[in-house]
Amino acid sequence: MPHHTPVARRHGDRKAAVGDVGRPPVAWAVPGILFFAVFAIVPLAIAVYLSFCTWDGLGSPAPTGLDNWSRLFRDSEFGQAAWLSLVLTTISWVFQTPVALLLGVWAAGRQRSRAFLSAIFFIPLLLSTTAIAMLFHALLDPNFGVIRTIGPWLGIDPAVMGSSTGALLVVAFVGGWQFMPFHTLIYQGGARQIPEVLYQAASIDGAGTVRQFFHITLPQLRHTMTTSSVLMIVGSLTYFDTVLIMTKGGPGTDTTILPYLMYRTGFQTYDLGYAAAIATALVVVATGISLLMVRLSGFGSMRSTREGM
Amino acid sequence: MSIDTRAAAPQHRTTPAAPRRGRPARRRRLLGNPVAGFGPLIWLLVVLVPLYTLVSASLMRQDEALNGDPLAIPTDPTFENYRTVLDSGFLTLIGNTALVAVATVAIVLVLSVPVAYVAVRTRSRLSSLAFRTFLLGVAIPAQAVIVPLYLMIGKLGLYDTLWAIILPTAAFAMPVAVLVLSGTMRDVSEEMYEAMALDGASPVRMLWQLAVPLSRAGISTVAIFSALQAWNGFLFPLILTQSEERRVLTLGLFNFMSQFGVNIPAVLAAIVLSVIPIFAVYLVARRALINGLMGVGGK
Repeated sequence: MPHHTPVARRHGDRKAAVGDVGRPPVAWAVPGILFFAVFAIVPLAIAVYLSFCTWDGLGSPAPTGLDNWSRLFRDSEFGQAAWLSLVLTTISWVFQTPVALLLGVWAAGRQRSRAFLSAIFFIPLLLSTTAIAMLFHALLDPNFGVIRTIGPWLGIDPAVMGSSTGALLVVAFVGGWQFMPFHTLIYQGGARQIPEVLYQAASIDGAGTVRQFFHITLPQLRHTMTTSSVLMIVGSLTYFDTVLIMTKGGPGTDTTILPYLMYRTGFQTYDLGYAAAIATALVVVATGISLLMVRLSGFGSMRSTREGM
Repeated sequence: MSIDTRAAAPQHRTTPAAPRRGRPARRRRLLGNPVAGFGPLIWLLVVLVPLYTLVSASLMRQDEALNGDPLAIPTDPTFENYRTVLDSGFLTLIGNTALVAVATVAIVLVLSVPVAYVAVRTRSRLSSLAFRTFLLGVAIPAQAVIVPLYLMIGKLGLYDTLWAIILPTAAFAMPVAVLVLSGTMRDVSEEMYEAMALDGASPVRMLWQLAVPLSRAGISTVAIFSALQAWNGFLFPLILTQSEERRVLTLGLFNFMSQFGVNIPAVLAAIVLSVIPIFAVYLVARRALINGLMGVGGK
């Protein structure tokens, strides 16, 4: 072992000695890697395997070849769920990005109210998805909720949860309400990195606030936007608690997005092989979209934001 | 309010030398833009109205909540709803959840610190491969693995135990933990390691006496972050436990919803009670949490 011979080298080649001495053996990382592999990586592989099996949760999974997958492509419920997931993701992105961007840029400033308001804005992130879904379930209850009073002002039908479009919009809104602080923080961090000099130069050139925003802030936040968008998209593709608690996939099947379909198939009708196929499809879609987005906006930047942490 | 002063701290840190100089220009720019002024105020309403209703309606009697204006301040505040919730086994829920949270944090720290340390300190190709695996791990959704976990936890004989919640929760908190920890450990300067190496310190001593003390910020971020994950987790408890004695807070809340039915004030009181411990932690450790989350997104 190299670190048993430092004394001999110490006087001669100091650099080489120091380079070897005191570095931890790689074996230290093994327990952590194994643990993570057993509960996250291996299950991912098993999910793929189970997607080629039929299993009712009691006996042993029995391989059935491509049955689940050919069923998946013919299943209109899966088609609808995949479509609804994409719609929900799009709505969520369109709603969350501008709000988080503006709040983040605002929060990166130095005005006095910022710290106090940011502290309040952060609160939803502390609440569990369960608590938030239940809270909005109560608020939107047509017999009790604030929706009775506030709905008419805002032009929202108090029975919004009863309409299919309304329910989907509500799910998107509730998700946004919860995760907005997280994305605001990302944009706040990004906006803080923009060199002040750029704004000073623009001011001297007589550019107003709006022009500064569009010509400096937005372009500078391009990579931040990629990071935030990827997390947003993967996040909203995997909304589950909100749907289970607020809509149970309804009205009808109009909010049955992929994770909820997977849950219903797997743990209510105990068709776990097929559920594994849905889950696998979900991962493929989520990974595909993330990779595409990262590719479109430059993979290197994503990696460097992570590695520079 | 105490929140205010704490929140202001990181901001001053970014410009320790001359906070005043940049200020007038920045402020003029923000005041000049009505969107920048009103946008946050609108969002403030969006955030506060639900939270206000949560607290105020939880203090109302059921008929007052049903008939009155939900935005009104409760005329005759009552803690009756809170008593109802506490009487229906709420403390068991808190106890189980606390156990899950503490065990999760312990496992995450014990396993992630060495991984992060190895990722930062060794030059082996294996360790960078491991690091990249964890990087990818951030993107694995829990739903993707819940079916196989159900199978595995059953085979391990852990179904319907608290371990069934703790182990997967800890595993899924690890990627972020490794990323945050290796981020802070990378900031420990090479010279200090060299100095300790010349003193003949073993790798264990370097980790214990140098890397760990200097990455306290990252460690507390990771601890809070994993505790929050454990406290708020829903899917793993829902699928991997069953009996009432093993029920955690989120599942208990979900259960209250059907148990109390139309007694919405009681449901809201249960939500408030479930948030109080987290809120207390937030008030104490706000900075660590926020800095950590900013780090997740990439600075």
